[in-house]
Amino acid sequence: MISFEIPPFIQNQLQLIRMVAEQAMRPYSRELDENEHARPQAFVQMTWPFTQEMVKRTLKPLMEQVNGNNGSNGSAKPKKEGPDYGMVNFIMMIEQLSWGDAGQYLCLPHPMLGGAAVDSAGTPEQRVRFLKKFTEGEPKWGAMAITEPGAGSDNSAMRTTAVLDPDTNEWILNGEKIFITNGALALKESDGLCVVWATVDTKAGRAGIKSFVVEANTPGVTIAKQEHKLGIRASDTVALHFDNARIPFDNVLGDPEVQQVESRKGFLGAMKTFDASRPAVAASAIGIARAALEFTKEKLAEEGIVVDYTKALHELTAVERDVIEMEARYKGAWLLTLRATAQMAHGESNRLEASMCKYRAGDAVTWITQKSVELLGPKGYSREWLAEKWMRDAKINDIYEGTKQINQLIVARSLLGYSRRELK
Amino acid sequence: MLDFRPDEEQKMLTDTIARFARERLRKVYRDAEEEGEVPQQIVQAGWEIGLLPTAVPEAYGGFGEYSAVTGALAFEELAWGDLAATLAIMTPNLLAVPVMLCGTEAQRETYLPPCCQDAPPQVTGALIEPVVQFSPYRLKTTAVRDGDAYVLNGAKTFVPLADEAETILIYANEGGQTQAFLVAAGTPGLTVGKRDKLMGVKALSTNFVTLADCRVPAENKLGGEAGINFSLLLNHSRVALGAAAVGVARAGFEYARDYAKQRVQFGEPIAHRQSIAFMLADMATEVDEARLLVWETAWLLDQGQDATREATIMKQQIDRMVVQVADRALQVLGGYGYIREYPVELWLRNARGFASFDGLAII
Repeated sequence: MISFEIPPFIQNQLQLIRMVAEQAMRPYSRELDENEHARPQAFVQMTWPFTQEMVKRTLKPLMEQVNGNNGSNGSAKPKKEGPDYGMVNFIMMIEQLSWGDAGQYLCLPHPMLGGAAVDSAGTPEQRVRFLKKFTEGEPKWGAMAITEPGAGSDNSAMRTTAVLDPDTNEWILNGEKIFITNGALALKESDGLCVVWATVDTKAGRAGIKSFVVEANTPGVTIAKQEHKLGIRASDTVALHFDNARIPFDNVLGDPEVQQVESRKGFLGAMKTFDASRPAVAASAIGIARAALEFTKEKLAEEGIVVDYTKALHELTAVERDVIEMEARYKGAWLLTLRATAQMAHGESNRLEASMCKYRAGDAVTWITQKSVELLGPKGYSREWLAEKWMRDAKINDIYEGTKQINQLIVARSLLGYSRRELK
Repeated sequence: MLDFRPDEEQKMLTDTIARFARERLRKVYRDAEEEGEVPQQIVQAGWEIGLLPTAVPEAYGGFGEYSAVTGALAFEELAWGDLAATLAIMTPNLLAVPVMLCGTEAQRETYLPPCCQDAPPQVTGALIEPVVQFSPYRLKTTAVRDGDAYVLNGAKTFVPLADEAETILIYANEGGQTQAFLVAAGTPGLTVGKRDKLMGVKALSTNFVTLADCRVPAENKLGGEAGINFSLLLNHSRVALGAAAVGVARAGFEYARDYAKQRVQFGEPIAHRQSIAFMLADMATEVDEARLLVWETAWLLDQGQDATREATIMKQQIDRMVVQVADRALQVLGGYGYIREYPVELWLRNARGFASFDGLAII
């Protein structure tokens, strides 16, 4: 049954999130943009209790399952009656937080992408073991490390290695990972974790790639560099260096089958992370777009420019037409994002739709925020207002979690039924 | 709660219409276009799917299952088959839906039961005017109260099946407000003029209509003294045309996709190239996005909410989208896209029409 109704529990929570955005994010937006590597303390303190509650709710049925069968086999997620709107809730929360400030949102003390990888590739036992720390104590962060200097969209070209030491039954990691969101927060500034993708056999291609959980303060892991960025400057982005970093054998995500070198299941499981993370990135893009759109309309209204939706096309001024197109592109991308998310709630595959909404949202927010700066004239370009910052923040959505083009490629292959060889 | 999947009944309906579109409309659309007429048996068969009778309340002989969302699903599937036939089949809606939504009890009793018969009623609607600066909220056709009648003056164009119509719902400007009047054929001052010659939808017969001191009884004003909520009607119209545009765009996308997979150049299908494949990805994305915009507006209307803003945003986006998608479909076909043996040039001509079609269909 087609419906656009947001479940009431989500609507209620969104009011709280909006308060967080208004009180703990917006007032610090400019300051955290100018002081690039400062941490958003107010935001972190205010949101950590939310995260603990949220992770507790997710883990509860898992813990019962794990305790029930002594925490061994079976990677199937616990079955629930009816749709699970948790992901819809999360997506809407991301949208509202990014409306507040996208850079600060990325500093959410939360398992984030690392958690998403553990959820999609890990066994129930692993999910409980690694995520439990997000229900207690001081704020913690999760991160995920895929990209390398020579492996961007082509992540199968990665060079970071994981070698099993038979004497100690530990994996030894060596290599370099770059552009790691929350890398320093997760591994050095809190007791968090980072999911690291590495190959157990450089000749095996994708089949050799597995994902490994590296916990905070593991010896041999160093922050090689803190990046300086165009936007989302509040966000912690680092390069990680692995020099004989040792981690326990059962920190490789997945059931024992995954640990076979020939199995591609580990790689595919990790790729599944993107089905959830791409709508999340799209939602963040949409949040920025809405911030820019609302602000632009507010400032134009102060100048006496208010769109009359009963006007025919020829009756509208160029500015009014631009505003309507901004609204259309914002709304369209948001609906694509909600669709990809609702598919998750209903347990349907959403690979195509996740890529579709991600590339459309990145494209839309880039255009909308640039339009906003344009429509606001000299004031739009001034650092007195946040419009120029939102434009810089927005552009990352065209790039991370798969560039626009790599997502177009995924959509095109899916539409055409083509393999990677047929459509390069 | 949040869900983007049609329910079982809606799926059965769209499956039925999809089969009709594929097996009937797609077989006749080119001849119909060249001959300037949708075959009568096609209109009758389309009528027998029963979309309008399903929507009409039970009290007037229908099934009382009116839903703009379901209507949008139906319009998309029909228009995928052929736009001109869709508009011909759905012409009675132009009078029936406004009467259903805004009519007085007496008007409903008069006009709705004939909409639940075995053959379509001969009724239509006239909103569009033969001017460059057409604006539905600021019509140039006027209605002035004179005693127990309204006097209508002005000109209309794109009035579907007007030469056969027994009653035409004429929209006119009454003191700055758009109102609608039920005008019977033969009323003095009402003239159904020559047939429009259009760029596309050539199989659909539409006419000029002129009104010269045309006196209409006051009780024929739709909604009685209070009149109509015109925004509501226009929003419903925009849902119908938006859904139809999605159907046309999807037809173009699917045709281009299939063509690109079988057209071999330089030793492999052209779809193996990103320049083609990325165009197709964009087309599919824009079609999906447009459909969601239509559904959201339709859903708001079904909830009884005002959707004027959403309908306007959706309409302007879709008018752009459908031309862009149809144009790219033609581009993928290259020279063949320009040839009338292939359907894509027809879809581009039809697509261009949506910007001028405000009020040409309603659900």
